[in-house]
Amino acid sequence: MTDETMLEEDGHSGGVVKKFLYVNRRAPYGSIYALESLEVVLIGAAFEQDVSLLFLDDGVFQLKKGQDTAMTDMKNFSPTYRALEMYDVEKLYADRESIEQRGLTEDDLIVPVEVLSRDEIKDLMAQQDVVLSF
Amino acid sequence: MSIEVNGKTLQTDEEGYLADLNDWEPGVAEVMANVDGYELTENHWEVINFLREYYEEYQIAPAVRVLTKAIGKKLGKDKGNSKYLYELFPYGPAKQACKYAGLPKPTGCV
Repeated sequence: MTDETMLEEDGHSGGVVKKFLYVNRRAPYGSIYALESLEVVLIGAAFEQDVSLLFLDDGVFQLKKGQDTAMTDMKNFSPTYRALEMYDVEKLYADRESIEQRGLTEDDLIVPVEVLSRDEIKDLMAQQDVVLSF
Repeated sequence: MSIEVNGKTLQTDEEGYLADLNDWEPGVAEVMANVDGYELTENHWEVINFLREYYEEYQIAPAVRVLTKAIGKKLGKDKGNSKYLYELFPYGPAKQACKYAGLPKPTGCV
């Protein structure tokens, strides 16, 4: 064990690694789902699991650039998606239909994602041990 | 709970983290450190300032593993390791330094 994995992280490694897919289907604000999902992902990242995120339906808005929550009483947490890479959460996917239906393109998103067709998403889901929908 | 900083009373949560991030000023870190029995050095401030910049950019207090890695990238390998950071912040570099920096408790920290 190296210095980096000892102390606070003791006991988190050496367990079973499962494939987790977090499916994000709702708009970022107006409900707590998006933020809760993100927090669960960040907490789970400490347990060295194989984590993927999928953005589907209104969930693609979570990644929209230029969010401004000044008029709401919610924090703009979209910058946190850019921190996922540092948590070794690097597999981000978005549904092509959902993006196109909302007039968005990949350039509108705050982080790079792999855009998938519905068939590819079916395969992605079939490969998982655990699928959590938010 | 609350702390007194430069004549002002600032609200904290039950673990001593600032209730409002915007209440922070350098004096907050000094008062919190004194309560814990420390004097802050330049090395402490380096980490505290790093955390405040990190929060500004990502809106999140990093987990210790992420903090260690990021410090290593920015300040060099001799500082980006657990031993160095735990010597500075014996209660846990993420937990204790985030508190001094006025940030919420790191997500995932128990």
